[in-house]
Parts: sequence; C-alpha cells; structure tokens
Amino acid sequence: MAVTHMDENNRHEIETPVWTEEMIEQRRARSRAMAWAIAGFMVLIFAVTLVKLGANVLNRTM
Amino acid sequence: MSDLSIDNTKSEGMPHQVGTAGDFFELLKPRVMSLVVFTGLVGIVVAPGTLHPVLAFTALLCIAVGAGASGALNMWYDADIDGRMARTAGRPIPEGRVTPGEALGFGATLAVVSVLTMGLLVNYAAAALLALTIGFYLFIYTMWLKRSTPQNIVIGGAAGAFPPMIGWAAVTGSVSLESISLFLIIFMWTPPHFWALALNRLGDYEEVNVPMLPVVAGKRETRKQILIYTVLMLPVTLTPVALGFAGVVYGVTTVVLGAIFLALAIAVWRAGEAGDEAKSDSIAKRLFGFSILYLFLLFALLLVEQWAGIFVPVI
Repeated sequence: MAVTHMDENNRHEIETPVWTEEMIEQRRARSRAMAWAIAGFMVLIFAVTLVKLGANVLNRTM
Repeated sequence: MSDLSIDNTKSEGMPHQVGTAGDFFELLKPRVMSLVVFTGLVGIVVAPGTLHPVLAFTALLCIAVGAGASGALNMWYDADIDGRMARTAGRPIPEGRVTPGEALGFGATLAVVSVLTMGLLVNYAAAALLALTIGFYLFIYTMWLKRSTPQNIVIGGAAGAFPPMIGWAAVTGSVSLESISLFLIIFMWTPPHFWALALNRLGDYEEVNVPMLPVVAGKRETRKQILIYTVLMLPVTLTPVALGFAGVVYGVTTVVLGAIFLALAIAVWRAGEAGDEAKSDSIAKRLFGFSILYLFLLFALLLVEQWAGIFVPVI
C-alpha cells in the first residue's frame, strides 16, 4: 500500500500512502459535510443576529 | 538530543482508511444525544419565561453538540478498552475507521465551539453549565471514576443529568429548585438503569478491569442497590408536582410508571434470591429497556402538560 520516495541524498525513506479513487471520494464527501456544517453555522449566526437586533436595527439617531 | 524522526513502519502494510462523515457522526453517540436533546428541550419548555424559537433552537443545538463532543472525547480516551468489549468493539476507533487523534481533535473542537456559541448567543449561565457537563463527563467520569470506583455510575451520572438544567438556564439565565429537581430525577434514575445493563455485561467489564458494581461487589449486591436506588428515585420523580410545575396527569402517570419500575426491580431481586440467575438477568434486561421508556415518558409528560394545555395543578 505504500510507495517509497528517496530524497536527494538517499538518507531518509519517506512512505506516502496511496490514495485510491474510493478514498478520495470519501475524503470529498467528508469535506462536503464539513462545508455544509460551516454554512449552517453561518446561517445560524445570521439568524440569531437578526433576532437579537430585531426592530432595533431601524432605531438609529440620524 | 531529542529524536524528531517519524516512524512510518507501523503503517506499513496497513490499509490507509479515511473516516467518513458517518464515522464522525457515530463518535457523537447519536442515541445518547437524542435523549439528552429531549430532556434539554423539556427544560426549555417548562422553564418560566419565553425564549425566541431561534434562540431555543440554538440552545438545543449547543446542548446536542456539547453532548456529542463529550461522547467523542469519551471514545478517544476509552479506545483501549472499547476494542475489548463486545458492546463497544464496533465503534469507529477500535475498528480503525477514525484515528484516536482525529477523535480528540473533533471532540475538543466541538466542545469549545458549543460552549462559546452558547455563551455568545444564548447566555453565560447555560454556557457555564454546558462546560461543566462536558468537563464532568470527560475528566471526572471517563478519566477518573470509571476505572477507579464502583460508584462511577452514581457520581458520573450527574453529567447526563445536567441537560434539562442547561435548557432551563437558557431561558431563565439561572439555576433554581425546579431545574435541580429535573436534574435529580435523571441523577437517581441512572444507577438502576445502568446497573440493570451491567448485570448482563459482567464479562465485558471483568475483561477490561472496569470496576462496575457487579464486578466488584457481585450480582447480589448490585440487585440490592438497584432496588434501593429505585425506592429512592420514586419520591424524587414527584418533586415537580410538589414544586408546582407538573400537574395531575404527570403525577398520576408517574406513580403508575414508578410502580412498574419498582415491580421489575423487586422481580430482579427476588429471582436472584431464589437462585435463578438466568431469570434475574433476563428481567434485568427488561428493566433496562423499560427504564429508557420510563425516563422518556416522564419528560414527555412534562412537555405534553405544557404544550397541550392540560396542566391541572395538584396542590
């Protein structure tokens, strides 16, 4: 499952995992879920801001 | 000189897994979360005063996410024993679907976000109680009590009892006798509920050296304690009536449900005393199932009395 890369001086071996198509799709799905959660949180903050301000948003001294 | 090299040999030949969104959702213990959200909702509804629906939703979401974060942090800390118990072996960390580090990061982030959001958008009292709940569950129950004393469930049960108090505080901004009575109902309910399960999972806890009551004191003592806590719990479930925020419907139904709970606890005890272990364990399993329904119905009654307008004060 692992591919070995050698650096310029051949001193260290670094293994990097091979990403299959299925794994990449799983990661994309996870990223999408995270995006939805963050978007939902933004909407919530916006809604609560409206609720807290209420009609007071119009009460400004001109 | 410190060694900063990274050891990759452990991952050699192992499948590189990517936790899905579903795996991370499983870390939140959704079934536990649903009961927590429900009791939190009852706290919001029965509290005196009003809370804008958007703020009520925000408070509930924070309670749900905070409870989920506790679950994720619990799974991170208990990953070593979870993998050796049949009931928990299928959890995301023991199965390798999520790494312990991912679970820790996920749980810690959600815990901080839920408390901050509650504090900034709802009120500081509710946020403080939410932080206390998460901290209590992780540090007091999971890290300390669970592996050190058979009283783990008794004291640790407080963590699961806070949600209605948080809901109440979200509306009123304070703690009162009424919210403490809701707390006490869940607090007193937890030991007989959990020990009824533990009677049937004795081998699991023995295997991982978790000092649950049946492991340390034996099944007979556990049956006795279930009965004692049930008897103590029954009057506590009537405190909402005495404090005037639950009515006749709640009072009468709670007495009937309490009688069933007590009858099952007595049956578990008597079957054990008669030497019929299998029958006693079987009744304990039924008691465990009924206890979940019992708590749900008690809180549902409080909710229905308020929402359906059928509240008739007893006193």
